[in-house]
Amino acid sequence: MATAKPNISIVSETSAAPSRGQAPYGAESVSASDLTSQEKATRRRVVDAQNISLTFETADGRVDALSNVNLQVADGEFVSFIGPSGCGKTTMLRVIADLQQPTSGTLLVNGMTAEQARLARAYGYVFQAPALFPWRTIEKNLKLPLEIMGYSEFEQQQRVQRYLSMVNLTGFERKFPWQLSGGMQQRVSIARALSFDPALLLMDEPFGALDEIVRDHLNEQLLHLWKSTGKTVLFVTHSIPEAVFLSTKIVVMSPRPGRIIDVIECDLPTDRSLEIRETPEFMKVAQRVRNGLRAGHSYDE
Amino acid sequence: MDPRKLRLGFLLATVAVALAFVFAPAAQAAPLLARPVAAGLCAGAALLLLLAAWLGDIRSILPGLIASLASGSASLLLLHDPAVAGEASVGFWAIVIACWVSAALCVINLATVRNLRRERLRVIDIAVPLLFGATVFYLWEVGVRGFGVPPVLLPSPSAAAARFAASLPILAGDFVQTFIRGVLIGYVVGCGAGLLVAILAHRFDFLGRGLLPLGNFFSALPLVGIAPIMVMWFGFDWPSKAAVVVLITFFPMLVNAIAGLSAAGHIERDLMRSYAASHSQSLSKLYLPAALPFIFNALKINATLALIGAIVAEFFGTPTQGIGFRISTEAGRMAIDMVWAEIALAALAGMAFYGFVALAERATTFWHPSYRT
Amino acid sequence: MTSSALALPARSSRTWTQHPLVARYAPVVTMVAALIAIWYVAAVAMNWSLVRDGFEREETPYTTSDILSGTMDAERPLLPAPHQVVNAFLDGVFGYPPLAPRSLVYHALVTLSATVLGFVLGALFGIALALMIVHSRVLERSLLPWIICSQMVPVLALAPIFIVVLGALGLHGLLPKSIISAYLCFFPIAIGMVKGLTSPEPLQLELMRTWSATPRQVLWKLRWPASVPYLFASLKVAVTISLVGAIVAELPTGAEAGIGARLLSGSYYGQTVQLWAALVTAAVLASGLIGIVGLIERSVARHMGAH
Repeated sequence: MATAKPNISIVSETSAAPSRGQAPYGAESVSASDLTSQEKATRRRVVDAQNISLTFETADGRVDALSNVNLQVADGEFVSFIGPSGCGKTTMLRVIADLQQPTSGTLLVNGMTAEQARLARAYGYVFQAPALFPWRTIEKNLKLPLEIMGYSEFEQQQRVQRYLSMVNLTGFERKFPWQLSGGMQQRVSIARALSFDPALLLMDEPFGALDEIVRDHLNEQLLHLWKSTGKTVLFVTHSIPEAVFLSTKIVVMSPRPGRIIDVIECDLPTDRSLEIRETPEFMKVAQRVRNGLRAGHSYDE
Repeated sequence: MDPRKLRLGFLLATVAVALAFVFAPAAQAAPLLARPVAAGLCAGAALLLLLAAWLGDIRSILPGLIASLASGSASLLLLHDPAVAGEASVGFWAIVIACWVSAALCVINLATVRNLRRERLRVIDIAVPLLFGATVFYLWEVGVRGFGVPPVLLPSPSAAAARFAASLPILAGDFVQTFIRGVLIGYVVGCGAGLLVAILAHRFDFLGRGLLPLGNFFSALPLVGIAPIMVMWFGFDWPSKAAVVVLITFFPMLVNAIAGLSAAGHIERDLMRSYAASHSQSLSKLYLPAALPFIFNALKINATLALIGAIVAEFFGTPTQGIGFRISTEAGRMAIDMVWAEIALAALAGMAFYGFVALAERATTFWHPSYRT
Repeated sequence: MTSSALALPARSSRTWTQHPLVARYAPVVTMVAALIAIWYVAAVAMNWSLVRDGFEREETPYTTSDILSGTMDAERPLLPAPHQVVNAFLDGVFGYPPLAPRSLVYHALVTLSATVLGFVLGALFGIALALMIVHSRVLERSLLPWIICSQMVPVLALAPIFIVVLGALGLHGLLPKSIISAYLCFFPIAIGMVKGLTSPEPLQLELMRTWSATPRQVLWKLRWPASVPYLFASLKVAVTISLVGAIVAELPTGAEAGIGARLLSGSYYGQTVQLWAALVTAAVLASGLIGIVGLIERSVARHMGAH
C-alpha cells in the first residue's frame, strides 16, 4: 500500500489574484492519468451548480456570501470545503440542502432542483451540534426521520440496529443523549443522517466541537463508513489536515466575496490510515491548500 | 454550630424547666409538683436537656428533640387546667421557653449539618422545615391558649382543627363547588384554549406577533375584577366562576406556550426541514415536546391563579356554597374558626393541586437540563 | 450563522408593507382592531333581545335600525359597546372634580394609595427577608420551604379575615388594605430576590474569595448588582398583585371608596357601564404601575451598562 507512489493531480494553477468569482478550473483534469479522468467523466453528476450567488442584507450593508460559484460533484466523491469563517462554505452547503435560497444561479441536485431533492429526501444533513432531541432515547432519535418518512415499524427497527452497529454504538439504544459523550452523540447524529439511505451526505463541521483525539478517531470511522456505503459526501471544515485526510476533492474558498479559489483533486489511496498524514505526498496537498487560502487573502486580518 | 453556644442554650433550657418547678404555672393554679404526669415529663425533659448540654454536638439533637416533645406535652397538659388557660404566668411560660429553645437549637444544629450522605441530607432537608413549622404551630397554640386570646381574633390550631373535623360535610360541599366545578373545569378549558391559540399563533406568524403583546398586557391586569360581569352573564352558580378561571388561566398559558413553541433550536428546525417534515409532524415531534417546560411553568402558575380566581370570584356573589362564599359569610358572622378551617381546606387543595402538576412535570420533562444538575 | 430569513429575495426593492415600523406595529394594531370589531358585534348580539323587549314593553313602533342603535346605547346593557365604556371612563375621569365621590380619579387614588403603600412595605419586608435568608443557612433551610409552599396557597382568600380582624382591633381604611397588599406581594419579592442574590456564578464568588472580601463586600459588590434584573421582574409581578389585593380588600366590608367598591356597587345595582368603566380604570392603573416600574428598571439598567 505504501510502495506505490500516489498520483496527485492538481487540476488548476491558482493565479495570484483570481478573477472575481470565477472558479479557475474546468470539469476535466489536466493530470497525466487519462483513465482516471475518463472514469470521472462518465460518473453521474450529483451536484451541478452554475453561477450561484447569494447576497445578504445586513445592518452594515450588503454582504456577498456567495459570488458566482461553479461546482460539480460526481457520484461517490468525498468533497471537502475549506476556508476561513465567512467564506461561504456553510452557506454553499445550505444552498445545496435547500435550507437557504440563492439570489441567482442554477442548481441541480440529483438532476432535480434543490427543493425537489429535499422533498424527495435525497440527502442527510449532519450539523455542527448533534441536534439530538433530549426527550427521545437514542433509538427513538434514530427513528425520527424514519417516522416522518413513513417507514414501517419493522423497517425502522432494522435500520436502527444496522446503523447503530455501523457507528459502533450497539447497546446504547435505551440511553438518553445527555448520557453520552459529545463524540458519541455526533456518531449517533451521523447514523441518523444515514438511516434513510440518502444518496448524499452533507456534513457541516461535524467534529468542530470535539477534542483532537476524538476527532482523529471519528475521521477514521467516517472514512471507513464512506468506503463501505459508497455515498457522496460534502464535508465542510476549517481544518486543513482533516480536509486532506478525508477527501477525494478539496474545494478551497475565500471570503469577501465568497468564492472558490481552487479545486484540488486528491488521489491519495482510499485505504488511508492516520499515518498518511506524515507522508510527503500528504504535505504537498496540504501545502497546495494553504497556498490557495493565502491567495484568497484568508490569512489577512 | 459552635459547641459552646449549643451547650449554653441547652443549659438555659434546663434552667427554664427548673424554674417551672419553683413558680406556679398560673396565679390561681396548683404548682407543678402537684401534677404527677406533667412533673414527670418536665423532670425527664430537664434530664435530657442536661444530657444534650453535656454532649454539645450533633448527637445532642436527639435528646434535645425528645426533651422538646416532653416539655411541649407538659405545657399542653397544663393548658387543660382552666385555672391555667388564659391566665398563664411564669411557671407555664418557663416550660414553653424551654421547649422552644430546645427545638430551635435542634433546628439550627440540623440546618448547619453539611457533610453527610445524600440520602441523609435529603431527610434533613425535609426535617428542618417540618420541625420549624411544628415549633411555630406549637407556639401559636400555647400563645393563644395561654394568653387567652379571644377566638374571634385568632383561634388556636387545635380549635381550628376541631372545627375542621366537625364540619367535614360542609367543607366537602364547598370543595366540590369551588374546586371541582369552578377551578378544575375553568383550568382545563382556559389552559387548553391558551395552548390551542398559541399553536395557531405559532403557525401564523402575524397572529403570533399581534397576540403576544396583548397576552402580556392582559396577564398583568387584575382579571378577578371581571367576576361581577361573569355573574351577570352566567348567573350566580359555578359557571360564572369557571368563566373567571378560564380568563385568568388563558393569558399566562398563551404567553408561555408561544415562548415555548419558539424555543426549539435553530439547528433542530433545519433538521426537520431537511427531512421535508410537514408542519403537523414538526409540531408533534419537535415544537410541542420542546415547549413542555414552558407549558408546565404556565400550568403551575395557573394552578395557584385558578384557585385564587375561583375563591375571589365567589366574594362577588354565589348561591349557597363555595369556599369563597363560606369565608366571606363566616367572616361577617365572626365565626373565625370556620374561616380558618376553610382556609386550611383551600391551602390543602392548593398544595395538592400544585404538587400534582409538579409531579406531572417531573414525569414528562425529566430530560430538561434543570433536572440534571 | 445567518438564517434564510435574512437573505434577500430575488427582487431587491421593498414595498411599504416591509417598512420596519409597519412590520413592527401592524400585527398588534390589526389584532386590537379585530378585537374591537368582535366586541361591537358581540354587543349587538347580546343586547338585541334586551333592547327589543324594551321596545315591546313600551309598545312603541320600532325598526331594525332602531334596535341596532339601541344595542349600542342601552342603559343597562348586557355588554356595553366600546364607545359607551370609553365615554363612561372619560366622563368619570374628567367629568367630575378629582375628589368628588363619583369621580373615577378619586376611587383610583383610594385604591392606588393602598396599593403603593402595601407595595412599598411588602418590597422592603421581602428584600429584608431575602437578605436574611441568603446569609443564614438556618433560615434558608427552615423558612424558605414554607415561603415556597405559601405560593401554592390562595393567600388572597385571607383578605376578608384580615379586614374583619383588623376592624375588630379598631383599624379601618387604608392600613388594613395596605397590610393585605403588603402580605400578598412580599412573597414573590422575597423569592425573586433570593433567586437573584444567589445567582452569581461559583466562579465569581471564588474570585471574591481570592480577594478576601467580607460577606458585606460580596453583598454590595456582587450579589446586589446581580440581583437587579430578578428584583425588577418580581417587582412587576408584585405591583400587580398588590393592586389586586387592594381591590379585593375593599370587597368584604362593602367599602364605599375605591375601585373594588365601584365594582361591587356596579354589580349590586346592575350598572354595567359603571362596572366596565371601573375595570378600565383598574387596567389603566395596572399598566401605569408596570410602566413606571419598567421605566425605573430601564434607567437603572442603562446606569449599569446594559444596551
